[in-house]
Amino acid sequence: MTTLVLLTATGLGLAALYFLVASGLSLIFGLMDVLNFAHGAFVSIGGYVGWTVADHLSGTFGLVGSLLAGIAAGAAIAAATELAIIRPLYGRPLDQVLATVGLGLAIPALLQAIWGADSRTWLVPGWLAGTVDVAGAHVPTVRFLLIGIAVALLLALRLLFGRTRAGLIVRAGVEDREMVTALGIDVRRANSAVFALGGAAAGLAGVLYGLYQGSVSPGDGTSLLIFAFVVVVLGGAGSITGTAVAAIAVGLVQQYADYASASLGDESVVILLAAVLLLRRRNLQGRPA
Amino acid sequence: MTRARVSAPPVRHRRIWRNNWLRALVVFAVLYFLPYSTLSIPGVFDGPLDAPGVLQLLAVCLVFAGLAVSYDLLFGHTGVMSFGHGIFVTAGMYVTTILVNHAGYGLLQSAALALAVTLVASLLLGGVALRVGGIGFAMVTLAFGQAVSILVISGSPQLTGGEQGQTLNSAAVPAALDGVRNTANLYWIALAYLVLCAAAVWGLTASTPGRVMRAIHENERRVEVLGLNPYLFKLLAFVVSGLLAAGGGVIYLLLLGGATPTVSTSNFTLSLLVMVVLGGAGRRWGAIVGGLVYGYASQSLTRVSGSSAIAGLPGILRGPLEQPLFLLGAAFVLIVFFAPGGLAGRLAAKTTTTGIEEG
Repeated sequence: MTTLVLLTATGLGLAALYFLVASGLSLIFGLMDVLNFAHGAFVSIGGYVGWTVADHLSGTFGLVGSLLAGIAAGAAIAAATELAIIRPLYGRPLDQVLATVGLGLAIPALLQAIWGADSRTWLVPGWLAGTVDVAGAHVPTVRFLLIGIAVALLLALRLLFGRTRAGLIVRAGVEDREMVTALGIDVRRANSAVFALGGAAAGLAGVLYGLYQGSVSPGDGTSLLIFAFVVVVLGGAGSITGTAVAAIAVGLVQQYADYASASLGDESVVILLAAVLLLRRRNLQGRPA
Repeated sequence: MTRARVSAPPVRHRRIWRNNWLRALVVFAVLYFLPYSTLSIPGVFDGPLDAPGVLQLLAVCLVFAGLAVSYDLLFGHTGVMSFGHGIFVTAGMYVTTILVNHAGYGLLQSAALALAVTLVASLLLGGVALRVGGIGFAMVTLAFGQAVSILVISGSPQLTGGEQGQTLNSAAVPAALDGVRNTANLYWIALAYLVLCAAAVWGLTASTPGRVMRAIHENERRVEVLGLNPYLFKLLAFVVSGLLAAGGGVIYLLLLGGATPTVSTSNFTLSLLVMVVLGGAGRRWGAIVGGLVYGYASQSLTRVSGSSAIAGLPGILRGPLEQPLFLLGAAFVLIVFFAPGGLAGRLAAKTTTTGIEEG
């Protein structure tokens, strides 16, 4: 029982990270048909910027500062990418993807050049470093922070897309881009906003991944990115709720299988993906294939 | 550009085609005779062309070129972006190594079995992954590639050697391929592999199924409307390129003398993509040029990174320049921006005046 609780909490914590990375990826892909291979690099940048802040400021103040700095760094680098790389290549979708592949290779290497290849230890404030007892299991407090932030983001995104005009434009753009443009709405502004939003979530994920592991290293983002891709494929592009459900499924399956046998977790995620692809009769956009 | 090719008179088309084979013959003949030359090119190679170190470097370039050609069949000709190509290189390399080292099979037998395993694996993987079109396919193959990578690195260290990889049992390697003195033989095997890949891909793309693949690349929906099933042709391209990649894995294994998990990483597959785009996707010489240039650059960049010229630079410049992946990634972005047709596209734009491009 205690093992089950611990595994579930860890799985949900991972799911929270996957959701943070995949939601931005999914929105960008749904709206612009750009699979952003640089998204993992955004995560890493958020992680390192957050780490730098936490290294200089200690305690709860430093924690909040690093979270905010990670969000700002992720949003800034994503907005810059959209402006400088994605927008000039508008109308050349393949080249957009290829350019993000190049960024995804270059940025982690750049981070490695600045901060070194070895992982940097992250000092977590005292109250967060402990554990919480749930049904006899000692669950690390960080897990709850991850889950709480992910749930908050899910609710915020649902409010944004369900209740505001900007959210409506993005949803309509995901559904039928040409039609929205024909109605006289400039979807390109939504592009920048969605890119920055996705980058902010990625930067936040970078900081949280650092807290979760207790360290940051240049390859962090890339390893998260691959599972985020699986989540996007399972959840359907452009769907926030679908992304959340898929993230939970992937996180839990991975943890439970890992308990059964080490390194089985990653394999079972891929098996889950293959099974869903075989059984499902819809394409990525949720339309019948 | 498609229209120009279709409307060209058939006679002219055939002449260009024949010229291309002549050109290929000259290029490959020059490459064949390289190990007999004692020419040394200072600044480019460390010694004369027949020195084992130089031949080894060139042989790796040739294998990369062959792998790039096999990847281009999928990416450049059929328009399928796969991030699972490394899976098949890994299959060729590791299945052969494991059968030789742990089951005591001969090298040829093991390689043949590795190709058989790849055939089955590529049918299964392609069959499942091609159910999602476009960029979804890229994500799914990336996930499968990651699964294979984890399996190789941490699945069963006794079998695969984990992160260290595994040395191929040298007793199984024929004497003619063993040792530094026989590097020329390995070079020729690598060249033969490149010729095989080029012949297979050029032959296939000139055939009827190859034309359907090209049509899928241009407009998949239209192929469907014409009553053909794109899925089957994409699967054919996937399986053929997978088999060629597995062959490349075996040759690379011979060159390195052992299996290395780097070929299973996503960065390796991405580097194949970089080679093809660098040279020019879907062009006759594009992947070959890209593979050779990338192969040379990736092996020399580490030398440049460690050179005294870089070490003398101020820290803020030195750091990034010491990272080969940073240079490659940045160069890749620049190529996508300023030379979308790749190196071969640049050359073709200069030399072709008729507007008819090479296939």
